[in-house]
Amino acid sequence: MNWSLDKKRPICPQICEKLCVLIASGEISAGDRLMSVRDVALNAGVTPNTVQKSFEQLEQQGVIYSKRGSGWYVSDNVAIAKETLDRLIHTKTVNYLNDMQSLGLDKKEIISIIKELRYE
Amino acid sequence: MSEILRCEFLTKQFGAIKALDNLSLSIQSGKIIGLLGPNGSGKTTLIKIINGLLQPTSGAVYIEGDTPGIITKPKVSYLPDVNYLNNWMTVEQIVDMFSDFYIDFRKELAFEMISRLGIDRKQKLKTLSKGNKEKVCLILVMSRNAKLYLLDEPIAGVDPATRDYIISTIINNYNPEASVLISTHLISDIESVLDEVIFIKNGSIVMHDTVDNIREQHNMSVDELFREVFKW
Repeated sequence: MNWSLDKKRPICPQICEKLCVLIASGEISAGDRLMSVRDVALNAGVTPNTVQKSFEQLEQQGVIYSKRGSGWYVSDNVAIAKETLDRLIHTKTVNYLNDMQSLGLDKKEIISIIKELRYE
Repeated sequence: MSEILRCEFLTKQFGAIKALDNLSLSIQSGKIIGLLGPNGSGKTTLIKIINGLLQPTSGAVYIEGDTPGIITKPKVSYLPDVNYLNNWMTVEQIVDMFSDFYIDFRKELAFEMISRLGIDRKQKLKTLSKGNKEKVCLILVMSRNAKLYLLDEPIAGVDPATRDYIISTIINNYNPEASVLISTHLISDIESVLDEVIFIKNGSIVMHDTVDNIREQHNMSVDELFREVFKW
């Protein structure tokens, strides 16, 4: 898992997004146990308080739930995580289109560039 | 969460120079806090006063309600900005000395961290490089099970990879009952690991907020904000 975080944005929502992506992409499935707060903190290089806060926010949204003394688990309702993923895809695409537009390309040209390129 | 440190109207005067100017501050337990400010802004003076090495000209410090002294010594683990250990001692001897000195010292943890960083415990301190000496000092300080860790410039002399290790050491030793106050200039290296930051300028606090609040309000990293606030 690559935790590279954007230094300009608050950390907490970024952790939430990353976990939602993991869940929505099926890397962690419904009912699976999440990594511990400490593990996420160590891997992402952030304070455990921030991770705890992110987990609590995801719990409120119904993406994960906690079992006392046993940790955090992915809830059955994966759709909520998918929504976050869709939102991310949308903003990233809009950002890309805006960037290309500022370089003087119109939609048609952008599409033809994308078609020419293959996944690397 | 409880208040672990409170500073009330601290002023410290060195002759004509005001190192701290009516500074007040409250720190809760379970936080990792960055004390950030340009050279000569009073960071080290503040840390020394909290630690009881300096007496304030006026104002007061309370660590869990007690003023710095014998009662607070077991609660505070302090990393000075200068090396204070005996150069002729080996790493092992120093660990033993700390273990004798502090009831809360976790010797196994210290040796484990030392060997993970590839430092030979039989080596004399004077044969260690500057960076390795700093690592040993930090390991000694973090191996105590204290309530308040005061780290004065803990990562200045070490390479970026070791910085990451040191940061993970701080996270790994994280304890919801304890707080860590880190003074540093290397903000971008550590800002993601901080819960709160304190900006200090000319002995006064100009900002005390959480990292996420700062990023949200200013749309920039703490490092960028620091450069903006303290621009010449």
